[in-house]
Amino acid sequence: MPRVLGVDIPGRKRIEYALRYIYGIGPTTSAEILAKAKVDPAKKADDLTSDELRVLIEVIQGGYRVEGDLRREVTSNIRRLISVGSYRGIRHRRGLPVRGQRTSTNARTRKGPRRTVGAVRGKEARAAVKK
Amino acid sequence: MARSIKKGPYVDPKLMRKIERMNRAGDRRPMKTWSRRSMIMPEFVGHTMGIHNGKQHISVFITENMVGHRLGEFSPTRTFRRHGSHTDKTVSLK
Repeated sequence: MPRVLGVDIPGRKRIEYALRYIYGIGPTTSAEILAKAKVDPAKKADDLTSDELRVLIEVIQGGYRVEGDLRREVTSNIRRLISVGSYRGIRHRRGLPVRGQRTSTNARTRKGPRRTVGAVRGKEARAAVKK
Repeated sequence: MARSIKKGPYVDPKLMRKIERMNRAGDRRPMKTWSRRSMIMPEFVGHTMGIHNGKQHISVFITENMVGHRLGEFSPTRTFRRHGSHTDKTVSLK
């Protein structure tokens, strides 16, 4: 298994798909990188020569932000939104959808598992009575 | 969809003129505006603006980081009052 950029070990797949295991490389960027490096996209990742690998790594480093750098950029962008007090920052802070989606139902990806609220009065009043 | 680059950023012309006039005079007094849709330009930095939220003017101090956002993003239009029933009784019981 070839290693591209340290940690990423794409599997026994065509390099055009294997590259996509790297954070920040999708179908489009993968094709772009292969074209720039002049590597055959159909070639299996394992069959790449060390020369081809070297070129690939050079292309990626010279113009694509991937992995740690990209993750850092994303979090710093979010931190900026929060610090500046914008609407989007507030939505990030509260863990609610940022782009105007409905929250009455759905939005479970952002909100996480359901937490039922409501009827607070009844429960608390009952607890107070028991004490 | 994002705004066409050809057109450039949108700022209420009147607001822009006002800011420019104030910058020339070195005036940093807070101002009120209803133009939530205006993009924050570098010229705005350092001003305190009262941005209308439909009810009041929320005063926002414009910093460099805010450039490129729109004024309305800093003046929330909704208030969230928690879920469930919270009467005086239940609150005092806590």
